[in-house]
Parts: sequence; structure tokens; C-alpha cells
Amino acid sequence: MSRAGAFLKGRAEAWLVPAIPFLWLGLFFLVPVLIVLKISLSDTAVAQPPYRPLFSWDDWRGFLGGLDLENFELLASDDLYWSATLSSIRIAAIATLLLLLAGYPIAYAMARAPARWRALLIALVILPFWTSFLIRIYAWVAILKPEGFLNQALMGLGFIAEPLAILNTEAAVFIGIVYAYLPFMVLPLYATLEKIDPTLNEAALDLGSPPWRSFWTITLPLSLPGIIAGSLLCFIPAVGEFVIPDLLGGSETLMIGRQLWSEFFSNRDWPLASAVAIVLLIILVVPIVIYRDLEARRLGERA
Amino acid sequence: MRRFSLFNLTSLVLGFAFLYLPILLLVVYSFNASRLVTVWGGFSTQWYGALFSNQPLLDAAWMTFRIALVSASLATVLGTLAALALTRYGRFTGRTLFTGLVYAPLVMPEVITGLALLLFFVAIGLDRGFWTVMLAHTTLTLCFVTVVVQARLVTLDRSLEEAAMDLGAPPLRTFFSVTLPLIAPSVLAGFLLAFTLSLDDLVIASFNTGPSATTLPIQIYSSVRRGLSPEVNAASTILIGIVAVGVIAATLLSKRSVLKSERNAH
Repeated sequence: MSRAGAFLKGRAEAWLVPAIPFLWLGLFFLVPVLIVLKISLSDTAVAQPPYRPLFSWDDWRGFLGGLDLENFELLASDDLYWSATLSSIRIAAIATLLLLLAGYPIAYAMARAPARWRALLIALVILPFWTSFLIRIYAWVAILKPEGFLNQALMGLGFIAEPLAILNTEAAVFIGIVYAYLPFMVLPLYATLEKIDPTLNEAALDLGSPPWRSFWTITLPLSLPGIIAGSLLCFIPAVGEFVIPDLLGGSETLMIGRQLWSEFFSNRDWPLASAVAIVLLIILVVPIVIYRDLEARRLGERA
Repeated sequence: MRRFSLFNLTSLVLGFAFLYLPILLLVVYSFNASRLVTVWGGFSTQWYGALFSNQPLLDAAWMTFRIALVSASLATVLGTLAALALTRYGRFTGRTLFTGLVYAPLVMPEVITGLALLLFFVAIGLDRGFWTVMLAHTTLTLCFVTVVVQARLVTLDRSLEEAAMDLGAPPLRTFFSVTLPLIAPSVLAGFLLAFTLSLDDLVIASFNTGPSATTLPIQIYSSVRRGLSPEVNAASTILIGIVAVGVIAATLLSKRSVLKSERNAH
């Protein structure tokens, strides 16, 4: 009764609390994405801004008639965009696999560490994330360039006679993505690994199972939710990555995020840039929906 | 008492070396006397001096700070409201769409968010500059605040809020005297996260900025594209220092508040 009373008194608040952020995101996120869709379907105009007017309320027939798939036909017929799209997906997928290989042992070791060490280890994984992304990628330019730190070290130790060309190759992009996204892989993995009951493994070992087998049949399947969450969290933004391929990848690394950037900033073709954005969105919509459901379920579980 | 096994210790050492060595090299070589970033030429602080006479860089830093402060404050309010909406207001119309709108910007490639917001600002005729970058950053970072605050709200004991309501406290009063003090550390963490993300953003700011509002990442990016520069190392070191001090202070503060509340509970 009193709760209902409080609810009645606070009626304005009951709809304002969800309404304010809802309206904000609707206005500044949903509407802009719809505008991208609209502009991707319209033609380039010479006037500023470089596309046909957005709305003409008095002329609906003309509005709908002005939309066509020209930009998408152009994208589909141009090999550059096909290879950029495919190579983005390939680079992001390989980088995600490498992240999993690098992140799993770290997350596993953190989950098995003595309890009093864990808070510090988590803080150490998160800390680099707080320092600028751009700066962390910039740091790798000095490491990977031909006269950089890595080549100096390898030549000093006598492993190689000639400097390796790593900067401006795809290998540098992989290193950059793994480096920048590692916390996003380690933290979800740690969260699931930490919850696994260690007695399950102990029981398997007591019954004579070799360690690799108890890992393969117990730990790995139980950590699957973490593997999926971490992989999505890395794969989705990596597909559209711009800074890493631009600073580390050199001119021959094709990625769709970079293509969008150059259509927009160099060619000033806004409708085509919008069409590239829509293509990127279509590729990512399924992973994004899966990720959202996972997150919603995870938070629901704890409630 | 469990100890580190050799395998686990090795993965941790290698993992953290990988994470921290590049940053360490960057910091060390900001004190390099040589103009060549990768060749050590003796200790010097000359690049820090050069930094403080670089007026465009200082202007960009001040602009970035103001944008981050305003957008992070707005994002903290909006994000906290969104987190309350998701955890305390049950099923409202359009809830599925709302959760989608909160989670999509978190993973959405920045080039899409940046382009979309720019086209929106052009459509409504808003001049690009401080306000457009600020609004764009608020929109992106409010989703991060939501996730941080929501994670705290779902673990919060609801009986405290219910007790206040049952005793006749109106919702607003319940929020300010019961809920907010309990979630304050996560609200602060959300604010700091929003602030750093805004400070750090290159892509969204590049799309939405005008000639009047060049931010620090845009300034750094354009000088990095021209090649390595020890001045950028020095600027980066200062930024890293500020963040490190901030994070350590926040950790100590939250640790003290946890200890205090634990002591009060006993």
C-alpha cells in the first residue's frame, strides 16, 4: 500500500527516469543512424553539405523517388570495397583468435592466483586501458619500425642480421589489435574462470585424469560464456578499427573503417561513406545483438 | 594457501611485460636528449620545455579538458538515470529497444558513431565545434556510465530502498538519501571512465569538430602522422602521469570507503 502510495506521489519521476536517457539516446544515436541510412540511399550533390536535402515534407513521392541503391551498386561493383570488407573480417577474426590465445593463459593464471593477489592483478590489467589508446598505439611505432627497439634488441642478441620489416604490414596490425584489446579479452575470461569450482578439477586429477584432459573436458567448456563474450567484445570494434591500421598497417592494409574515413575526409563523398557505414553495420548487427543478449542475461542473473 | 605455479607465473610475467613495456619505453624516451626517438642520446627534459611553449598544443589540451569535464558530468547524470531505468523500473514500453540503444554504442565501431552524429548535426544545422564534440562524447560515454552503475545497482540490497519507501520517503528522497550514497563509488568510477574516454577520443572528435575546436588527440594524431616526435612522447608521459595519479587516488579512496562501511557494519 505505502509503496503504491509512494508510486502515485512520484508519478512524474516514474516515467521521467526512463524517458530522459531514452529520449537522449533516441535523438543522438537512433536518429543519426537512420540519417546515415537515408543518406546512403541518396545522390551526391555538388552543394554543401555534399548530399541532396534531407527531407522535403511537402513532397513525399519525390522523397521516396529520390532514394536508390546507386551507392550500394557502386560498392558492390568495386573490387576495392569487397577486398576491404573481406580483409577487415579476416584481420578481426585472426586478431580475435590471437587475443584468445594470449588472453586465456593470463586470465587462467589470474583466476588461479592466491586470493590476496587478485585485486591487484585485475587493476594491473585495467590500468593500461585508462591510458590513451592513441598513445599506446603510437608507442608501438617506435618499437616496430626498422631502426626501432625490437629490431635493435633482436640484432643486438644476434637473432637476425637484417632488420625485420614489421611496421606497415598486417603483422603490425595484429600486434596493435592484440595489445590494445587485451583487457577486453582477459576480463570476461577471468570473470568466468574465477567462478569455476576448483574441486571439479581436483576430482578429475584424483581419478587419474592428466591435467591437459581435465582442462579440455572441464575448464574449457565451463569457460565458454567468457570466451564468447570476450571474443565478441574484441571482434566487433576490431572490424571497424581505424587508428591501428592507419598508424601501424601502412598503405597496403585494407580495412573498411579506413575506407570510410578516406571516403569522408579525402574524397568528401558523404553518401558513399554512409553506404560503407551501412555495410559495416549489416556485418556487425548479428554479433552486436548476440552481445547485447549475453550482457542483459549476465546482469539479469545477478539481479 | 595456494601459490603461483611456474606456468601461471610465466604467463603473468609475459602478459604484463607485453602490456607495460611499450608504455615504459615511451616514458623513458621522453627524457631523451636526441631528436631521434629510438636512439638514446643522454638525459634531458628539453622536450617538456618545448611542450610548454607550443601554444596550439596547450590550446588543444585546454579545449579537450573542457569538453571532457562537461560531457562526463552530463553523461554521469544521464547514465545513472539509464541504469536506474534498467534496474528499478521493471518493464516499460520500449525496454528492448532501450537496452539495445545502451549496448550498441559500446561496441559500435567509432567511425559509424562519428559519421552518424556528424550527419545529424549537419541536418539540424548545428555548427561543428565545442558543442557538437561535447554532445557526441556525452552520447557515447553515457552508455559506459550506465554499465558501470548498473553492475552496482543489481548487487545492491533492495530492502534498504524498500524500507525507506515503506517509511514514507518519496522516491526522490529515497534516491538521494539511500540509493545514491550506496552507489556513489560506482557513479564516481563512471564519471572518471567517461572523462578519460572523452579525453582520449580521436575518431568521433575528428568527425564532429570544427576549426575552432581542435582537441589534443587530433593534434597528437596529426603530428604522429608526420613522424615520431619526442615532444609527443613528453605530452604522452604527462597524460599517463595524470591518469596514473587519478586512478591510484580513486582506488585508495574507494578502498577506504569500503573499509569504513565494513567497520560500520561490524
